[in-house]
Order: sequence, then structure tokens, then C-alpha cells
Amino acid sequence: MIAGVALALLLPLAIKGFFLFQLTLALIYAVAILGLNLLTGFNGQFSLGHSAFYAIGAYTAAILMDQADVAYYWTLPAAGAACFIVGFLFGLPALRLEGLYLALATFALAIATPQLLKSTPLEPWTGGVQGIVILKPEAPLGLPLNSDQWLYYFTMLTAALMYAGAVNLMKSRTGRAIMAIRDNPIAASAMGVNVALYKSLTFGVSALYTGVAGALGALTVQFVAPDSFTFNLAIALFVGLVIGGVGSIPGTLLGGLFILFVPNIAEELSKGLAQAVYGFILIAVIYLMPSGAAGLIRLIVGRTARSRSQPVHFETASRSARLTRETPMSSSTSGDENAK
Amino acid sequence: MKMRNDRHWLMVAAAMAIAALATAPAAAQKKYDPGASDSEIKIGNIMPYSGPASAYGEIGKTEAAYFRKVNDEGGVNGRKINFISYDDAYSPPKTVEQARKLVESDEVLLIFQSLGTPSNTAIQRYMNAKKVPQLFVATGATKWNDPKHFPWTMGWQPSYQSEAHIYAQYLLKNHPQGKIGVLYQNDDYGKDYLKGLKDGLKGNMPIVAEAPYETTDPTVDSQVINLKASGADIVFNVATPKFAAQAIKKIAELGWKPVHLLNNVSNSVGSVLKPAGFDNAAGVLSTAYMKDPTDPTWKDDPGYKKWSAFMDKYYPDGDKTSTFTVYGYLAAQTLVAVLKQSGDNLTRENVMKQAASLKGLEFDMLLPGSRINTGPNDFAPLKQMQMERFNGERWELFGPLMSGEVGG
Amino acid sequence: MDLFLHQALAGLATGSIYACLALAIVMIYAAINHLNFAQGEMAMFSTFIAWQLMQWGAPYLLAFVGAAAFSFVAGIAVERVLFRPIHKAPVLSHIVLFIALFAILNSLAGFIWDYNVKSFPTPFGSRSLFGNGLVSSHDAGMMGVAFTMLVLLYVFFRHTRIGLAMRAAAANPESARLAGVRVGRMISLGWGMAAAIGAVAGIMIAPVVFLDPNMMTSILVYGFAGAVVGGLTSPGGAVFGGLAVGIIENLAGTYIPYVGRELRLTIALFIIVAVLTAKPSGLFGRAIVTRV
Repeated sequence: MIAGVALALLLPLAIKGFFLFQLTLALIYAVAILGLNLLTGFNGQFSLGHSAFYAIGAYTAAILMDQADVAYYWTLPAAGAACFIVGFLFGLPALRLEGLYLALATFALAIATPQLLKSTPLEPWTGGVQGIVILKPEAPLGLPLNSDQWLYYFTMLTAALMYAGAVNLMKSRTGRAIMAIRDNPIAASAMGVNVALYKSLTFGVSALYTGVAGALGALTVQFVAPDSFTFNLAIALFVGLVIGGVGSIPGTLLGGLFILFVPNIAEELSKGLAQAVYGFILIAVIYLMPSGAAGLIRLIVGRTARSRSQPVHFETASRSARLTRETPMSSSTSGDENAK
Repeated sequence: MKMRNDRHWLMVAAAMAIAALATAPAAAQKKYDPGASDSEIKIGNIMPYSGPASAYGEIGKTEAAYFRKVNDEGGVNGRKINFISYDDAYSPPKTVEQARKLVESDEVLLIFQSLGTPSNTAIQRYMNAKKVPQLFVATGATKWNDPKHFPWTMGWQPSYQSEAHIYAQYLLKNHPQGKIGVLYQNDDYGKDYLKGLKDGLKGNMPIVAEAPYETTDPTVDSQVINLKASGADIVFNVATPKFAAQAIKKIAELGWKPVHLLNNVSNSVGSVLKPAGFDNAAGVLSTAYMKDPTDPTWKDDPGYKKWSAFMDKYYPDGDKTSTFTVYGYLAAQTLVAVLKQSGDNLTRENVMKQAASLKGLEFDMLLPGSRINTGPNDFAPLKQMQMERFNGERWELFGPLMSGEVGG
Repeated sequence: MDLFLHQALAGLATGSIYACLALAIVMIYAAINHLNFAQGEMAMFSTFIAWQLMQWGAPYLLAFVGAAAFSFVAGIAVERVLFRPIHKAPVLSHIVLFIALFAILNSLAGFIWDYNVKSFPTPFGSRSLFGNGLVSSHDAGMMGVAFTMLVLLYVFFRHTRIGLAMRAAAANPESARLAGVRVGRMISLGWGMAAAIGAVAGIMIAPVVFLDPNMMTSILVYGFAGAVVGGLTSPGGAVFGGLAVGIIENLAGTYIPYVGRELRLTIALFIIVAVLTAKPSGLFGRAIVTRV
């Protein structure tokens, strides 16, 4: 673990700007997936619309920098706050929706966002279809880092804070309440959890995380346009979530790396059929790790732990088990999102 | 005395000869920037091979085929062209990533014909900051002709606004009492054309309806109905191939016969007019700057024959009825001309300088009389277009070769 | 008023496109309780098969039947080969497989048949009915086909034993097994039928929107919206929903000032979400009863 952190910190000094740029983006996607994970993995609310929050965060940052000359580091909390509000407000009507119906509602949000960003009334702020170009932040205090390296460290710092926050949240009473809602909302409600409040709050926090990632994304790519935030982004985040492992915080890192690098690998393998190769890779990965990378690790750890005759952490296992173990074939009629 | 004087002059002459020989290699010295060497020139390219704009990927494939042909024939000044093309799925963040990959990882000499307005906007600042040519971008947006602010970015095709100006002139001359309805794709491309038309009309004719559509709309039937209901008797069809075809078909189905101006991007006989129905498309007007491969006028034209032979040999899977393949062919020829002109000085700066000094360049798939011209303040290689009318079977050119005068 | 009628009828025509696909969506939902994101791409691929058959000289009817039959078999094959082996995996992983299938089919179609738009024939002709171009004969034919499929599905689910068995298998697999229902077979059958319905939808849609690999990507969105607003368990609701989406979109685009034209889909989706908040299981869907 320490070795990993050390490696991560020393990396920028060894590798070229382009690869660093890619790693920075992968880390940003990981944070975005973490946001989605909080909502879908830990709270059981199925969202296909997180590209909307990513977009709102990105545009908040871009507009503040472009029109109000705000320093780049202040755009992150602003993006987070804006997305929290939007997420919370969206979460309120979403309370009444379950499963696929909620998926449609979030999906509607994902489709609507690029359209709204392009629309004429908002054009004076958003720049319409042309988008907004912003300047890359430079290292502060005259540190001997180029902007790629500085951005990498800045992203790492932000990500570290966000991850620490997520871990703490999930370990706390609030976290347990959130997960209880996912596992059995009626029981949770019977135990005194304010289901409506927590669900909406989780929506807000989830949006906050993805929004901050979006702001970082805007800084890294230095350009925002409606075409950057289509439904394809929502699908990519979702794929990253599942591959990393639903309900697993460290899994999101793998998810971010996957959605950035694997499409490139697919393109290397076949120019004409790149998408098809990507599809086959997805299938292979799901076959190898049906519950995502975290699920695979859990399985391995579980086996080795049993072989050492040490108690398996059943609590951890059951936490994400509910959502991850639901299948269409064995769906029961007890209040889950697959009910007819 | 005399003999000593002769020897004296001989020695001076010899000294001068030796001096000349000594300095000559220095003048013919090769200069390279990353991506160029004695044996190859690396050219980068970014195209949407997947996603909603994948139809345009045909252009990249044609260009790759053309460079294969050039390499088979010995390359450019003895150097082979290494054409590296990546997919960006028409998504700007991906374009940025691929551009950085090409410049920093593959170390190409320049990026050629990157496609799409948002994609190119995303990388424009980066390319100019890194001083890498963003050459002959594959979009007609007017803003690529701005050498003062973006000296490393150059367009290629006649800009959308200049094309719209030509339509405006035509309307003012031939249908001055008309009412115009515009169907346009709600993005950069569509809005650029719309602006061009408005600027060209200078308020002398009314635009009574503007009907935007999104690429996610399955059909544009609703928009066409609205245009007809507005009382317009002239339609400006600023749609990409699929939607342009739908619009032509719907207009005919409604029994409506407006003056129909079709934008150049979508006037391919094979890709647009055929699905729309040749009968439905009769009377449609457009502009051209290239020879349409389906036009029997060029059947015996040597330029067409050469292109046709090229397609058969190097890109047999390509669509010979689509103007995309002619577009790619011409753009690739333009690049080869620039590289040839750069000789052994293959620095990015020199390539850009040569690209900005093309004078009277002629290619055999351009319309007769059309020339490519650029200058230090003129980053619009192609400006000339001619109007054409579809007669139910093929396009018929009419009128003079005109030049839209928009830039910057 | 004339414009209103015209837009409403045009909306009905595009709506029947959505309705056709919505039926396929409802079918697959009946079988597996979830949405197949690749439904549109499967339909698109089937339509290309039909097109290819016609290119090879087959008459329309033969191509139609051939494509539908091929899709039925292919649907079953996809279920058996791709989804059966991982049926114990979590639902969200299944969704990733749908996404993978989407990518593969789209890419493959583009590779085999390229991205240029192709015209597709219609057996109904393109005359305009009632003379003034309000409704074309193909539009009417398409609506007819949609309703025919709707009726057939209704009869299948309500009045046949297999239909009942399928509903039982999806609602409660364990109990259904105990009652003698071959759950695995029902699921495969559901997939096959959904694929075949999708093929019919694609063949009906292609003459209007033209055939290309990206033909169905956006229509799936509309079909999904229509199916959901109608209630995912009700084929009638799906058709109603599809038609409603088409009409609302056209009217919104025409009559809502200033933003209507640019935000047609957004407005339609917004209305749908509003409907869902009022009726969370769709207009005609069955209410969710949960046992504590």
C-alpha cells in the first residue's frame, strides 16, 4: 500500500506528459465512478444519468473561470456545491421511482443535459455548441513542475480527500443507514431511518462527487462542449462501476483505469472493429469477474481466509451482497427494484 | 608576366570553386522536426470511426489509401508517408487525448484533416501552443481562417458561410420576393450556415421559419411540416446526409415544391439523393467544388479515370458514388503537394509556411478552373464553388465559378 | 388547427415507430424482468439481414420472414450462449453484457455494410392517403402492423398456456418450477420472440428513417420512454406510450415558444418523468406490491 502510494507520487517525474495526462483522466473518472457507486452501489438507486452531474460540474468550473475569473481551485467546491443541490433536488421526485423507472428518469436527465447546454437561452453562459476553452492551471509558488505534473498532483490530492471522505462516510452511522436502505428499505424505515431524507442526501452527495470530478475533467481537458457529455459518458461510468465492483470503494480506481485505457487497447487491436473488440473484452471481463474486480478479490480473499481457518467478515460480504446477488431468475417479491 | 597572371586567375577560380562546393551542402542541408526523417514522414489524423458521425470515417480511409498509393510510387521526395489515424468517436475529450497521443507519443510532424468542429476547437489551443500544424481541418467552419490568432491552424474546404453567401446572392437575384425557411442541424455546422445566409441576405429577404433538429431525432418530418406551414416558398436544407434525404422525401410527400437549396455536405448522389428518390430530388439546387463521381459529364475525363483507377486498386471497398471519397482524395493530394514543396526542410514551421504559399494549385478532381490559393493572411485554400441543379438523373452545373468572400 | 392536426398525425406516425420497438422492450421485460439495451441494435442488425437478402434477389416477403426467423433463432442463441452461463451474476453485470452486445452489433454492422445511408422498400407504397400528405400509406401500414403485433401479444399473454407460463416464470421462478414450468425455456423463448418483434419493428422503421448502423440508437431511447410511461408490463401501454411520446414531442416542438424547437426530447422526457412521479409504475402498469 505504501509502495503504491510512493509509486503514485513519484510517477510524474518519470513519465511523459501524455501518459500523465491519461492517468490524470483515469483518476478523475475513478472519482466520478465513486460518486455513482455511492448512489447505486451503496444506496441501491439505479442511475444512468451521472454524465449530467459530470457536465454540470465541468461547466460550473468553466463558466467561473471564463466569465468570473475565479481561480481554478475555488471552482471545485463551487462545482461540488452546485451538483449537490441539483442532485438533492433531483433525488426528491426520484424517491417515488424504483429500478427501471428510476433508470429512465436519470436517463432522461442524461439526455436532457447536453440539449440544455446547447440551448439558446443558456448560450451567453455556456457558449452554446462552441463550448468554452479554459487555461490550464500552473503550479503555484513557482514549484518546478510543468502544468501536466501539477495537475496530476492536484487531482491526486483532491481524489485522496474525496476517497477518505467516502470511506469515512460509509463507516459511519450515516453510511450504515444508507446501506440499510439499499438492503431493505422497509426494515430500515421500521428501524427509524428517515428513508426519504437519506435517499435524497445520498443523491446529492453522489452528484457532488461526480461534479467535482467533472470540474477536474474540465481543467485537464481545457475544453467543455455539450458533445463531451453525452449519454455515452453515462454508460462508460456505469461500465466502470460494474467492472470495478459495485459497492467497492477501491474498485472505482480500477473502473476508472478500465474505461480510459481499454477502448484504446481495443483500437490498437482492430481499427475497423474497435467497438466490437471492446464489447468482447467486456464480455470476457464479466465472465472472469462476474461481480467486478472487487468481487473477485473478495472471493480470493475469502478462500484464502477460510483455508487459514480465520473468520470471514460476513458483515462486509453481506453489505454489497443484496444488490450484487439479485438476479432476474431468483428475484423475490419482497420490495426490490425488480418487482413487477 | 602573362603566364603568371593566367595561373593567378586559375587559382582564384579554383579557390572560388572550392568555396562554392564547401558551402553548397550547407544550403541543401536537411532539417527535420519530430516526425520527419530521411525515410519517412509521420502524419497524424483523427476521425470519427465510431459513434454518430461514423459515416465520415470514409474520408480517413480514402486518405490512408491514397498515401499507400503515393508510397508505392516512391513516396514524397523519397520519403514514405506513415499515416497514423485514430478514432475519437466525435467526442472532444477523446480528440484531445488522441491529439496529445499523436504529438507527444507518436511524435508526428503534423495533424492532418482532423474532423469535426467541436473536435478541432478542443485541440486548437493545444496545437498552437505546441506549434504543431493543425493542417487542412475537415470542417467548413469559418473560424479556421484566422492566421493572426491561430497561425498553426488551417482549413481546407470552402467555408460554410461562404457557401451560404453564394446561395444568398442567388436568391436575391432570382427570387427576391421569396420567403425562406431553414432546416438546420442544431450544432456548429448548422448554425454557421444559418449565419452565413443571414449575413449574405443583409435583411433583404425574410427568413420566416427556422427549424432546428438534433442528431438524436429519428426523423425531421415534424420540422418540415412546420416549415411548410410557415408559408415559406424557399427551403435551405442544412442537414447531414441522412436527414437531408429524409427532408427531400418528406417535402415531396407533402406535395410541396419550394425552391430547395441543399448544402454541399449532403449533395452526394449515392448517399443522399438516391435514398431520397431521384424524382423527389429533381430541381434541388446546390453548389460543388469537386467533380461528382456519379456525373456522366466526367465519364471520359482523364482526372475522373485516374481517380476511379485509384479507388479500384487501393480502396475497392470504398463507395464510388460518395463524394466523401473524392474529398479525401483531394485533401490528401493537397498535403502531398505541400510536403513536396517543403523539399528537405521538413520543419513544422516550414511546412506551415509552404501550406500558406500555395499558388494556383490545380487538381484534376476539382472543377475545371478551380484553383487552390493560400497566403500569409489567407488560410482558406478552397474558395471557389459553382452552382448546380439536379435534373432527376444527375447534377447539372450552371453559372460561373464563384468565390464566397468570407474569412476570419 | 390544420397545423395541429398535421403535427399530431405526424407524431402518430413517428409514434408508431416507437411503439413497435416498445413492444419488443415489453416482450424482453416479460421474460427477464429487465431491459435489453441492445434491443435496438439487434433490430437494426435484423433489418440489415433483410436488406441483404433482398440484395441477393429475394422478394420482400421472403426477406421479411427470413429476417424474422433468423432473429428468433439468433435471440435464443444469444440468450443461451451469452447470458445463460452467467445467470448467477448480479443484475448490473448483465447490463454490462447488454452494453457489450450493443457495441459488438453496431460495430459489426458498420464493418459489413458501411455507414452510408441506404433506402429500404416498403410493401405499403408511399402514396399519401387522404390526398393532402397528412398520412402516408406506409405510416398507416406501420400503425397497422404495430396494432396487429399488439393484439397477437395480448392474446399470447392472456389466452395461451405458454404465455401464462412465461409470465409465471418471470414473476416467481422458484414457484413456477415447482408448478412444472421450464423456466429456462421460457426465458429463451422470450428472447427469441423479442428479437423477432424487433426485426419486424426495424423492417417497418427503415423505410422512414433510412437504414444505417446508427438507425436505432436514438429510437431505442424513445421506445424505452414509451414502454416505461405505458407501464413495462403492459403491451397496450407500450403502444400507447410510444404514440404519446411521438405526439407530445411534435406538439412541444411546434407550440412551446422559444425553447420548444430545441428541447423537444427534453420536454417529452420531462413530461414522462412527471407522469411517473404521479404513477410510479406507468400509466397501465401493475402497481408494485411489496411484502414485508
